Amino acid sequence: MIFEFANPKRFMQLSGALLPWFAGATIILLGVGLYLGLFVAPPDYQQGDTVRIMFIHVPAAWVAMMAYGLMAVASLFSLVWRHPLADVAAKTAAPLGALFTALALVTGSLWGKPMWGTYWQWDGRLTSFLILLFLYLGYIALWNAIEDEVRAGRAAAILALVGVVNLPIIKFSVDWWTTLHQGESIFRPDGPTISAVFLWPLFLMAFGYTALFMTLWMIRIRTEILERRARTLMLGH
Amino acid sequence: MNSFRALLFRDMRLATRAGGSAMLALAFFAAVAALVPLGVGSDLKLLGRIAGGVLWVAAILAALLSLDRIFQADYEDGSLDLIALSPLSLEASAAAKIAAHWFTTGLPLTLLSPVLGLLFNLPEQGYVALIASLALGTPAASAIGAIGAGLTLAVRRGGVILPLIVLPLLAPAVIFGAGAVLSALDGLANGALWLVAAFSLAAVLLAPFAAAAAVRLNLAS
Amino acid sequence: MGAFLHMGGYGAYIWPAYGASVLGIGAAIFLTLSAYRRAKARLAALEKPRA
Repeated sequence: MIFEFANPKRFMQLSGALLPWFAGATIILLGVGLYLGLFVAPPDYQQGDTVRIMFIHVPAAWVAMMAYGLMAVASLFSLVWRHPLADVAAKTAAPLGALFTALALVTGSLWGKPMWGTYWQWDGRLTSFLILLFLYLGYIALWNAIEDEVRAGRAAAILALVGVVNLPIIKFSVDWWTTLHQGESIFRPDGPTISAVFLWPLFLMAFGYTALFMTLWMIRIRTEILERRARTLMLGH
Repeated sequence: MNSFRALLFRDMRLATRAGGSAMLALAFFAAVAALVPLGVGSDLKLLGRIAGGVLWVAAILAALLSLDRIFQADYEDGSLDLIALSPLSLEASAAAKIAAHWFTTGLPLTLLSPVLGLLFNLPEQGYVALIASLALGTPAASAIGAIGAGLTLAVRRGGVILPLIVLPLLAPAVIFGAGAVLSALDGLANGALWLVAAFSLAAVLLAPFAAAAAVRLNLAS
Repeated sequence: MGAFLHMGGYGAYIWPAYGASVLGIGAAIFLTLSAYRRAKARLAALEKPRA
């Protein structure tokens, strides 16, 4: 089924049809989610109003990880099955993934400050995401460093796959490391069970962020397809 | 087996010439280790505490220094094409080069580390952990570094993005390795050395495949 | 309104967090759309029959 979209023309048609729906879903989900999160949800009895940061931190973190997973899957398709659009899919996902990683770090830091007293805390979550950000940056740098588009795609694919294998190990090592240094109580922002009044905005925002990612990703792939067409035309002239 | 050994010894010989990467790595290692107290202050208690981490980071960086030459030199003079065409599989050649790199950087660094530990006033309990963790962990640096070197082969100034690619992937090694020293200092038995060994083993076993794929990719064009 | 901005004393953290998110996402949307439009325009110019 995936290979039906191997044809760029097919992809343009399909994405053109899907885009309005994804964009619309994004707006609705984010809109309702923000409304519930900012106006309807009460302050948490432990964290007060800072719980509202959770509604933009957790979704960003979720998309950051999802994007890397998608990048890895696309890389696999590129290397193993030589799917023509896989390179493009991986390449375009990376900057978006890096953005959401950065947002997760910023919002996580701001969430932590009132709770931990410092803007940065080397806890498992933030540390893992910092490393993830570097993984993204290295990947993007590799794409930019190699001139030949096809070679760059293959090299980046190898890097993404090495990275995705390493990611669980990195997460494990960071978690292991935080237990080593446990002295002060580490505040876990999404710790104990969350009640429904918080879950609703959280899920809506999470789906909204996902829809946003998908929308932007599709547009970026379309852009790349158009740019490649332009390049071949220019060679023809 | 013969060609594996031949490649291994050849690379080792090249690295240990005057001006080769072996001396460079040791000198860099010592320089970084000497610089840190200048930056951090001479509080011996503090230095003893951070010795494991500092020496681990310095060792990784020193090993990285010579990594971009692991394939580059042979690529530039055409030897890499010959290596690729030889009866020895490219994966095995990559493994031989990784081993050669470790013998000429990771191993010397490990051997020098207790001396630098003295400079840091590392408490007695830390030395075995320091040497063991570096001995077990530096192969991972050579292995994963080789993947990065293969990927950045034909890149202009590839040496600049090599650390960016490789260092995040080596985070577990640093965490477990330095953690082993810290655990020894605190008297904890948490299997850190086992974790270092496991990570290195996995890296050394899998990296030749990724490195060979990367080299093949860059030779094909 | 004042209480809303104040957010129980945590406003100084909540609003920059939301602000950064809006900024980041806004920039992403802007850059994505403008790159798309540029590519579309360029392709259209190239596909026009040469005068």
